[in-house]
Amino acid sequence: MITTVRWTVLLLALGFCRGLKHNYIDDYEVVEVEEDWDLVFQPSEHGSLWPLPQKVQISDVSFKLMSSSFRIVDAKQSSAGPSCSLLQDAYRRYYEYMFGSAKRQQLYKSRRTGPTELTELQVWITSPDSECDGYPSVTSVESYELSVDQPFAVLKAPTVWGALHGLETFSQLVYEDEYGTKSINSTQINDFPRFAHRGILLDTSRHFLPVKVILANLETMAMNKINVFHWHIVDDPSFPYLSRTFPQLSRQGAYHPYTHVYTPADVKMVIEWARLRGIRVIPEFDTPGHTQSWGKGQADLLTPCYSGAKPSGTFGPVNPILNTTYDFMKLFFGEISTVFPDAYVHLGGDEVDFTCWKSNPDIQKFMEQQGFGDDYSKLESFYIQKLLEIVTATKKGYMIWQEVFDNGVKLKSDTVVHVWIGGGSNDEMSRVTAAGYTTILSAPWYLDYISYAQDWQKYYKVEPLNFNGTEAQKKLVIGGEACLWGEYVDATNLTPRLWPRASAVAERLWSAKDVTDINDAFNRLSMHRCRMVDRGIPAEPLFSSFCPREYKGI
Amino acid sequence: MITCGRYIRSILYLLLLISVQFGPHAVEGVWPLPQAFTSSPERYPVNSQDFYFVYGRQSAAQQGCSVLDTAFKRYFSLIFPDHNSADGVLGFSKRKLFIAEISVDHGDCEGYPNEDSSERCNTGLETFSQLVYQDDFGSYFVNKTEIDDFPRFQFRGILLDTSRHFLPVQAILKTLDAMAYSKFNVFHWHIVDDPSFPYQSSTFPDLSSKGAFHPMTHIYTQSDVRRVISYARLWGIRVLPEFDSPGHTTSWGKGQPGLLTPCYKGGTPSGTFGPVNPALPSTYRFMARLFKEVSSVFPDSYVHLGGDEVDFHCWRSNPDVRVFMQKMGFGGDFTKLEAFYIENIVNITSALNKTSIVWQDVFDYHERRTSLSVVEVWRAGCYLCEVRRVVKAGLRVILASPWYLDQPGPTHNWARYYTVWPLAFKGSEEQKKLVIGGEVCMWGEYVDATNLTPRLWPRASAVAERLWSDEKQTSSVDKAFPRLQDFRCKLLRRGIQAEPLYVGHCKHEYQGI
Repeated sequence: MITTVRWTVLLLALGFCRGLKHNYIDDYEVVEVEEDWDLVFQPSEHGSLWPLPQKVQISDVSFKLMSSSFRIVDAKQSSAGPSCSLLQDAYRRYYEYMFGSAKRQQLYKSRRTGPTELTELQVWITSPDSECDGYPSVTSVESYELSVDQPFAVLKAPTVWGALHGLETFSQLVYEDEYGTKSINSTQINDFPRFAHRGILLDTSRHFLPVKVILANLETMAMNKINVFHWHIVDDPSFPYLSRTFPQLSRQGAYHPYTHVYTPADVKMVIEWARLRGIRVIPEFDTPGHTQSWGKGQADLLTPCYSGAKPSGTFGPVNPILNTTYDFMKLFFGEISTVFPDAYVHLGGDEVDFTCWKSNPDIQKFMEQQGFGDDYSKLESFYIQKLLEIVTATKKGYMIWQEVFDNGVKLKSDTVVHVWIGGGSNDEMSRVTAAGYTTILSAPWYLDYISYAQDWQKYYKVEPLNFNGTEAQKKLVIGGEACLWGEYVDATNLTPRLWPRASAVAERLWSAKDVTDINDAFNRLSMHRCRMVDRGIPAEPLFSSFCPREYKGI
Repeated sequence: MITCGRYIRSILYLLLLISVQFGPHAVEGVWPLPQAFTSSPERYPVNSQDFYFVYGRQSAAQQGCSVLDTAFKRYFSLIFPDHNSADGVLGFSKRKLFIAEISVDHGDCEGYPNEDSSERCNTGLETFSQLVYQDDFGSYFVNKTEIDDFPRFQFRGILLDTSRHFLPVQAILKTLDAMAYSKFNVFHWHIVDDPSFPYQSSTFPDLSSKGAFHPMTHIYTQSDVRRVISYARLWGIRVLPEFDSPGHTTSWGKGQPGLLTPCYKGGTPSGTFGPVNPALPSTYRFMARLFKEVSSVFPDSYVHLGGDEVDFHCWRSNPDVRVFMQKMGFGGDFTKLEAFYIENIVNITSALNKTSIVWQDVFDYHERRTSLSVVEVWRAGCYLCEVRRVVKAGLRVILASPWYLDQPGPTHNWARYYTVWPLAFKGSEEQKKLVIGGEVCMWGEYVDATNLTPRLWPRASAVAERLWSDEKQTSSVDKAFPRLQDFRCKLLRRGIQAEPLYVGHCKHEYQGI
């Protein structure tokens, strides 16, 4: 990620051609987007900005940037100074994005000097508390104001979180003229996100993702102003999280106890790397279903399934009738609450299969005692209820998949309900918000489903508030998440599968509701994807075209 | 002992026989599955310190054979991925020499692979390299094995499209490596098309200086092309260039004014251009010079002439073309005009001693089919019906229809490509012999260096087994699945970014991003 960003708005003759070569195959799943073939690349008036800021004014006046003289500095009035390593780190990162790292720089003195050079970007944190050493949260203020003008550019933001977004925007305004000189136009930007929760889910259980891959994708999330990494860290196939309290969980439940685990140091590194980029890390420990791998290292945690009168040797969801289960959960989530600093933890609760519970005579007895009759969703609620109490005691808020709400479990008022089931997700949004819960949307953004042609348009055209409900209800929608489940995804194909498709979701969640021009989006996104490629991220192409500098990391 | 000729006999010959142990390793982990092999649980340790490739005494090739010397070097590192030359010999282990003796029938080491000689030692070495495995302590072993192997089809190709997106040479070379691991032997280089003309022609430099995405950074220079060809040769892979015309030539027109047909709107030229202009003698002079260059740059005895998807609207709109039609007595039948054009191009390439391959469209339109020789079937639908029509006409066939891998998985998963039966049509033995092979097509609309490798592998490996192995032994998807998973992990170990087939893991995961 140490390459230069050189933007050639003038030269960028991105050729998008119709080229329907051999696409007559009858079973091609062409996305229902007829305009596909009508998108012709033309430079957008907003250049390569992505996601589009709320208010932008770009003038024709341009300034030159010299790598030898340009500096990003703290404004005198700023509440964050040289001791704020988060910002210092970001200054260097964005300088390198714009000019390349020091060893790659061509140190030449330009003969062309004069008043048109911009030599400084001053970063001014306006709140008394810059939050430099804190963690981003759902209530963080992410807004910023950017003014690019003589004698220097000024980036004003209440907190470091807004400043990070502003730096990204500034770097996106820089382009390369035909002589290779870095330039930026005089610009005024006033920007803030439409939704506070803009996430990406990665699944490290179905396939293990090396830490390096996670870090590279956090880097890319920052380029797209995504601010939540939803870490679906464990699931049925494997348990890569190395727990200090229960080390046998990963020793027995990971694909390999050493090469396919996340050690406490790994987790810490991911959280800090994310923090430095304004990204929250929300871990998900999904129960009572999706827990096959837990059972390997924790005897008696899962329900033994019966075949007739005998245990069949297989196991079902977490056993909800044993006290030991809750003792375990108390200790386990106690650890989680200290390891992950975010105020929320995702508790899953999806897709619980009742067949095994039904087969187990002890569970049947318990059902009778509790007066649940044959309604196993009551048993599920019973379990979740107790789990929520445990987690509440650790002072964490929680997120849960929509089934938990659907099953009528009593939830705290600040619970976040995660809507994921496709088909009828608008009705679900209505119901959840009518019940007064905050919610995030994922149903239309399952990025592990791929189809031929430009499916980013499908993700882009989603309007999250397009459900029946009052204004107050709509305010309860705090954002959304793109989910990349891991059945068919690992380090080999994750990055090109995620980007730039997740970028479409990023703009939908950041930019104003009326930013819907698909042609303009295509033009900006094409350039944004080339910028990601230039920064070393293998983001796949939208259509026949080229980037000035192609992906080299083969 | 690995013997290579038209048939490969690969018997592991050991100078020292050592103690017998039962290894847990499933030896049938060779992909694509060899035609015939027997293996026993008897296993021999293979130590990188004491491992040598030697030429057999009877071998027609000896030390100095460039193809084999290179292959030995390559396969040594593939067999011993953690070999470190600084490693000392462990004191407590007795030195046991392991010698892989290689013998070949034909000693043509400096030549270029052709359709008869494609069964080269590389494929035998590949099989051997896949037989060697590591136990939990990291020691290498190979089980006693006898293999008699040869490919079912002689043409096993992969098409890469370097026009819709430019692929850096490095990406092509990497693909050639992976092709060799799956025993593919033809790289079909769809080098130019509508969007760009990256081939830098020495005769017509304007073609790329005006028609490439960028005249300096997005081109293949002559030395790039030579590098690809010689790299492929060392893997036993042929390079089949495609210069598709008369359609799919928009990018050609930028550097060669007068080549394309000006389209008309009403009575005046609209400013847009259609296919190559077949009515002008200058067109054929240009093509003759271009193909003369192509035929000397690309040593393969075949050249792909394309000929697909010609849109007649523009020809129809052009008054000069209509006059030409009349003069030639074609009436209103533009397929006759296309046939006329292709006939001329085929004649040009025949005169250069090249056999031409065309897409099926040419066969479908062409009346005098005798001038054609190899037809590539690509359209979906009943592709075997088309194969049957072509072989009935006595022409050779390459099948591509079921193997369009630019379609992404998981909906287009490996099993879909595996369960293809290329000869399941009614026809005589002689006719079936005319099906010379098949090809994976990776069109470039949505593919560039960022996603090429995981989209290609391991799904293309499924096709490789269909084209190499015996159909009866490889008809079960369930049986193939664990072997392919195993092979996919081998690809990762060799640095090929092959995507997963389903939930699971490899001992050595991919370490890039």
